[in-house]
Amino acid sequence: MTEDKVPPNPADDTNGSQAPAEPSEGALWRRLMRTNTAWIFLVLILLVAFFSVLKPNNFPTEFNTRAIATNAAVLLIIAVGETFVIITGGIDLSVGYVLLFSGVTAAQTMNAFGNPTDRGWDLILLGLLVALVSGLAWGTVNGVLVAKAKVPPLIVTLGTLGMAWGMAQILSNGQDIRYIPSLLGSVVGAGKFYAVPWLVIIAALVAAVGAIVLRMTRFGRYTFGVGSNEEAARRAGINVDRHLIKVYALSGLLAGFGGFLALAYFTTTTISGHANDNLNAIAAVVIGGTSLTGGIGTVVGTTIGVFIPAILASGFIIIGLQSFWQNVAVGAVLIAAVFIDQLRRRSRER
Amino acid sequence: MAEPLLQARGIVKHYGHVEALRGADFDVFPGEIVALIGDNGAGKSTLVKILSGSEQADEGEIILEGHDVQVSSPLEAQRLGIETVYQDLALAPDLDGAANLYFGREIVRRGPLGRLGFLDDEAMHAGARKAFADLGVDLQNAHSPVANLSGGQRQSVAVARSVAWANKVIFLDEPTAALGVVQTARVLDVIRRIRDRGVPVVLISHNMPQVLKVADRIEVLRLGRRVAQFDARGATVERLVAAMTGGLDGQGSAA
Ligand SMILES: Nc1ncnc2c1ncn2[C@@H]1O[C@H](COP(=O)(O)OP(=O)(O)O)[C@@H](O)[C@H]1O
Ligand SMILES: [Mg+2]
Repeated sequence: MTEDKVPPNPADDTNGSQAPAEPSEGALWRRLMRTNTAWIFLVLILLVAFFSVLKPNNFPTEFNTRAIATNAAVLLIIAVGETFVIITGGIDLSVGYVLLFSGVTAAQTMNAFGNPTDRGWDLILLGLLVALVSGLAWGTVNGVLVAKAKVPPLIVTLGTLGMAWGMAQILSNGQDIRYIPSLLGSVVGAGKFYAVPWLVIIAALVAAVGAIVLRMTRFGRYTFGVGSNEEAARRAGINVDRHLIKVYALSGLLAGFGGFLALAYFTTTTISGHANDNLNAIAAVVIGGTSLTGGIGTVVGTTIGVFIPAILASGFIIIGLQSFWQNVAVGAVLIAAVFIDQLRRRSRER
Repeated sequence: MAEPLLQARGIVKHYGHVEALRGADFDVFPGEIVALIGDNGAGKSTLVKILSGSEQADEGEIILEGHDVQVSSPLEAQRLGIETVYQDLALAPDLDGAANLYFGREIVRRGPLGRLGFLDDEAMHAGARKAFADLGVDLQNAHSPVANLSGGQRQSVAVARSVAWANKVIFLDEPTAALGVVQTARVLDVIRRIRDRGVPVVLISHNMPQVLKVADRIEVLRLGRRVAQFDARGATVERLVAAMTGGLDGQGSAA
């Protein structure tokens, strides 16, 4: 970049006294309040407390905690990508079936050289690569159609949702692929590092990196900026189209990664098991305080948003409610989250 | 008189069947505040967009410091040292004042983290505080999204942004249209300070008294063409209005 003029150097700040120094502690808190994160975290704590008081011997156990976290791990990974997309003001409905598609292509690749059950890390890495490339390819298609062809994201990703689903079934003839290297299932899918499942560690790392990129890098800043005012971003000289393509590609890439991890977790492609992934990911992002109109959101919020349905599901089963109640409760929480976001927006437009 | 710093010659711009500019000329001289006035629809905003790279002219040329230039994009305009505050504020409402000031030109950290695109928020906040203070703008909270600011503060952020980066010329399209009396006075004050630093300012407005108060020179656009140029000292509201509405065609006094 060539910058022949740079704004005043902070070092010669002699008369900056007019600008009051803002208290740095409290700034984080205010930012959290602004993004709903604090509220939704409170809801999470209350839920945990509620189920823990009700079933002190079954709910707050190491076993159950591990189960909840493991079940949430794959969803968290695709929800991180979805967070970036929704902050740009878009949406990615395709993640669930891109995840499935990537799982299928990875499984097929690993089965291409005979029964893979006893094969080692080299084949596993090849499978991972295929899953990542598959996800990245769908994400790039989404991004190009949104940014260049100017088709609304809802339509683009609804279209690729169907295409990825259909392609996954065509490739697999609608049959689940049940053979994967047993090493993949036992280490990545079910293994633990000390007491923590590898899946949880991987998901936590993805979320941490996602949070850092969103908050601390230029890529994250542009994601907020494009979602906040696309025209302003263009006039500021930002290549908005390229940025949107990158964001959708990232979402696809993470869905591909999620597909590989789901394969490791279930040790089969679970073709019929991903119908709700899209909506669960979007619900998690929105419950976590990311605004559907773009410009506002956090990965921390999304992480909490992933755990609310997960805790409801586990809690309802443990207190003996039908698990269908989880869907009812998550739906209600989702609507409440969007309602609060609307209120916040309205109160801001003074 | 000195050479114009920026000249537009014979700019033509069509939007479908609408001829927004029909061979418009425009000049900016060093160190001046020049007002560009004209009735609604005269083509002022279109001319500004063309000179700042947001739109492309169908015909005509742009000459900056004696050289033909192609202002092919906003980025190119920025590179040439031309900054613009658009009528519809081009700020990102969810970003704070500092992030908006540096939007598209972020400061990254030193070293490898910087190469990964890690932002130096501290440096940007410090630079922003200084930039705002220099213009006499007080932002109570530089960490607040600009959506939470008043109209005047938002306008000030947009102006500060352009001032921070412009080294050739600044365009302000109706910068006070949405402001109250006090805030308007403040923005006009800011405009004079920019001029006094040596960067010429183009002020688009149709508030005649305001134009006469701050501008050094006035150019009048009508139906997509320049119809008159005035020295602000000799001009009156009546003569400006006459030029804008066509009552004075062909006899605007050259400055
Ligand atoms: N994007 C556009 N599409 C179609 N017509 C436009 C567009 N922008 C401006 N115009 C037309 O061009 C003419 C000049 O507009 P504008 O430059 O906004 O005038 P001003 O800023 O002087 O009020 C008007 O007739 C307007 O309707
Ligand atoms: Mg206008």
